[in-house]
Amino acid sequence: MAKLKLKRHVINRDWCKGCGICVHFCPQHVLELDDQDKVFAARPQDCVCCKLCELRCPDLAIEVETEEEMIWADR
Amino acid sequence: MGRQVKFVQGNEACVEGALYAGLGFFAGYPITPSTEIAELLSARLPQNKGIFMQMEDEIASICAIIGASLTGRKSMTATSGPGFSLMQEALGFAAMAEIPCVIVDMQRGGPSTGLPTKLSQGDVNQARWGTHGDHAIVAMTASNHQDIFSVTVDAFNFAEMYRTPVILLFDEVLAHMRERLEIPSPGELPLVERLKTGVPEGVDYHPYLPREDGRLPMSDFGGVHRYNVTGLFHDMWGFPTEDPKIVYGLMRHLVDKIEHHVDDLTRYREYFAEDAETLLISYGSAARSALHVVMNRRQRGERLGLLELQTLWPFPAALVRQKAEKARYVVVVEMNMGQVLQSVKAAVERPDRVSLANQVDGTLITPTSILNILRIIQGRGV
Amino acid sequence: MATKDYIRERFFPHIWCPGCGHGIIMNALLHAIEQIGLKKNDIVMVSGIGCSSRISGYLDFHTLHTIHGRALAFATGVKISRPELTLLVPMGDGDALSIGGNHFIHACRRNIDMTAIVMNNRVYGMTGGQYSPLSGYGTYATTAPYMNIDQDFDVVQLATASGATFVARSTTYHVHEMTAILKAAILHKGFSVVEVMSQCPTYFGRKNKEGSASDMMEKFRARTVPLGSKKKQEDPTLIERGIFVDKQMPEYCEEYQKIIGRAMKDK
Repeated sequence: MAKLKLKRHVINRDWCKGCGICVHFCPQHVLELDDQDKVFAARPQDCVCCKLCELRCPDLAIEVETEEEMIWADR
Repeated sequence: MGRQVKFVQGNEACVEGALYAGLGFFAGYPITPSTEIAELLSARLPQNKGIFMQMEDEIASICAIIGASLTGRKSMTATSGPGFSLMQEALGFAAMAEIPCVIVDMQRGGPSTGLPTKLSQGDVNQARWGTHGDHAIVAMTASNHQDIFSVTVDAFNFAEMYRTPVILLFDEVLAHMRERLEIPSPGELPLVERLKTGVPEGVDYHPYLPREDGRLPMSDFGGVHRYNVTGLFHDMWGFPTEDPKIVYGLMRHLVDKIEHHVDDLTRYREYFAEDAETLLISYGSAARSALHVVMNRRQRGERLGLLELQTLWPFPAALVRQKAEKARYVVVVEMNMGQVLQSVKAAVERPDRVSLANQVDGTLITPTSILNILRIIQGRGV
Repeated sequence: MATKDYIRERFFPHIWCPGCGHGIIMNALLHAIEQIGLKKNDIVMVSGIGCSSRISGYLDFHTLHTIHGRALAFATGVKISRPELTLLVPMGDGDALSIGGNHFIHACRRNIDMTAIVMNNRVYGMTGGQYSPLSGYGTYATTAPYMNIDQDFDVVQLATASGATFVARSTTYHVHEMTAILKAAILHKGFSVVEVMSQCPTYFGRKNKEGSASDMMEKFRARTVPLGSKKKQEDPTLIERGIFVDKQMPEYCEEYQKIIGRAMKDK
C-alpha cells in the first residue's frame, strides 16, 4: 500500500491573511503564525499529510506537497 | 418565398418583425396590453428551435434575455409600464455590460396600475432615464403596423450593431388595433448579425476593447474565450476597476457610441414638412390623428405639415431643428403631459413657438381635438 | 489539473476578510470541480451582488457578475440557450433569499439543471453587517442593535418545499463533506441547492460575540450533526447536515426540447 510522505509546505505569504484557521485545526500542531501573522511550518516532521490546512485555507495560501511512499505490511 | 399579407394586431406585427430579425429567445411575464406577444411567441418560437420562457416576473424576464443574449441568441422581452418599471435596473446592466437585447413596452396609462386597457405615451422619458446613472439608450416607436414591423427589425439591428439594449415604445391602441401587414420576403430587409471575434483560442481576447469603428466583437459564453461580464465599471477584459481614467473612458464610450450615431439611428417620416407654416411633431398612435389633420387641411390649402418621429432616443435634435426652422408654429402632438415637448423645445431655435396638443385621459386624441387646439394656438379661435 | 489552474491568480489575494468562510467554500468548490474533471470552457458561473458574489471574478470560467438577487434568472437564460454548459450560481444569504427569494423558489420549481450554492454567513457583509433573512431571532446586527426579531428561513426546507430535486447542507468546518456534496450537486441532473454555513468573523462574529473564525468553525462542528443522527432527537436545536433530497424529475431544458419537437410537428 502507499502512504503519503511530506515533501514540504508551500506557503504563499502574499496571500496568507493570518486568520489562523490552519493553525487552530492542525491535528498535529505543525503550524504557527510568525511575528508578521503569516503561517509557517514550525514542526514539519510531525505532519501527517491530512491536508486539512490546505482544504480549510480561505486564501488558497497553503499547499501540502507530498510524495507517495510505498510501505509493506509485515504480516 | 414571396411577401405574405396578414391582417394583424400591432402585437403580432411586432412578433413578425422580431422573428424576421432572427429572434431566438423570448422571456416574459403576462401584462396587458402586451400579452399577445408572449402568447404568439410561445407558439412560433419553438417551431424554429427558438426558446420561449414565461418567467416569474418582469425582472427575471429581462435578466433571462440578457443571459441568453450572451450565448449568442437574439433576445427580446415585452411588457407594459408596471413591468417596464421593474426592468429598469437590469436594463442598466445591459447598457453597462453592452449586451444586445430588445425590450418592448406597450405603453398604457400610468403611473402605477393606471389604465391597463387604455393608451398613453407616458413612458417616453422613463425609457430615457428610467435606469440610474448616466447612459445612452435607443428607443423607437411607430404609428402603423407596417412600421411596427420595420422598426422592430431596426431595433434588433441596432442592438447588435451598437451592443445596446433597444426599447420599442408602442402603445395600447397600436397593440390591439388590427390592420394590414405585408411581411417582406426573406432578404428584403437587411439584418445585422452578431459581430463575433476572430481572436483564436489561447490568444488574449479583450471583450471590452472597441475596434476603431467603436464596435465590440463578442465571444459567446461557452466559447473558447473565458471573460468576465459585470455591471461594475470594468477594464477591457471585463474586470472591475475604479481607475478614474478607465471609468471616464467607459462612460464616454457608453454615451458616445450612441450619441455620435444619431443620424444612423434616426428613423422618421415626414408629410408636407418642407413648406409647413404649422408643423406638427408626433409619434406612435397620436401621429395617426396628426396625419389625418394634415391630409385633411392640406386639401383645403392650409400649410400644415407633420414630422413623425420613429426614433425618440437618442433624440434627433438636429433633424427637428432643421424641419422646424421655417415653421411659424410648431405643435407637439402626444399622449402625455409634454415629454417630447421638452426635447423639441430644447432642440429648436425659437422654443417660444413650440406648443403642446396633448390628451391624457386614456383615449386617443382625435383629429378634431388636434384641430381645435391648433386654432387656439394660431389665435383663430375654435 | 490542479485547483490553482482554475483561478485567476492575478486578482489574489482576494478581497474577503481574514478568516472569511467564503474562501473555504471556493476552495472546496475548486476541489469538487477538479475531481469531476470539468473543463474551464464548459463552466459558466453566474453571481449576484455581495461578498459571496465576488467569487466569480476570481475563477477562470465564463463569469457573469450580475445584479443583486437576480443571478438565477440570468443563469436560466444562459442554461436554456446552451444546455450542455455547467451552470454554477454562488449566492449570499441575502442575495439568494431576500432580494432574490422569488427567483430562488421559482428556479427550484422549474428544475433547470444548475447548482445554486447558498454561502450562508447570516449577515450582509458587503454593506457592513446588517441582518439578513438567515440571521435569525435573537441575533445582533448593525441594523438590530437591540436584537433581531425577524425569524429566519430554513434554506433546506424552503428549497425542498419549492421542489428542488437536490438539497443539501454542509459547513466550512466539514470540508471533505462539503466537497463531496458539491460534487454530487454538480453531477445531479436538475436544480441543486447546497447551503454552506459560512463564518463572517468581521460582522456576524463580532456583533454576536462568536469569537474568531476558528471559534465560529468550532461552533459548526459542535452545533451540527449528520442527517439522521440520534443526537438530533436528544437536542432538537442541533442543525442537520447532509443530502436531504436527491431525486429525479423532468429537467427543464430536456422538457423544452420535447416542446420544440411538438411545435415542429405542428408547423
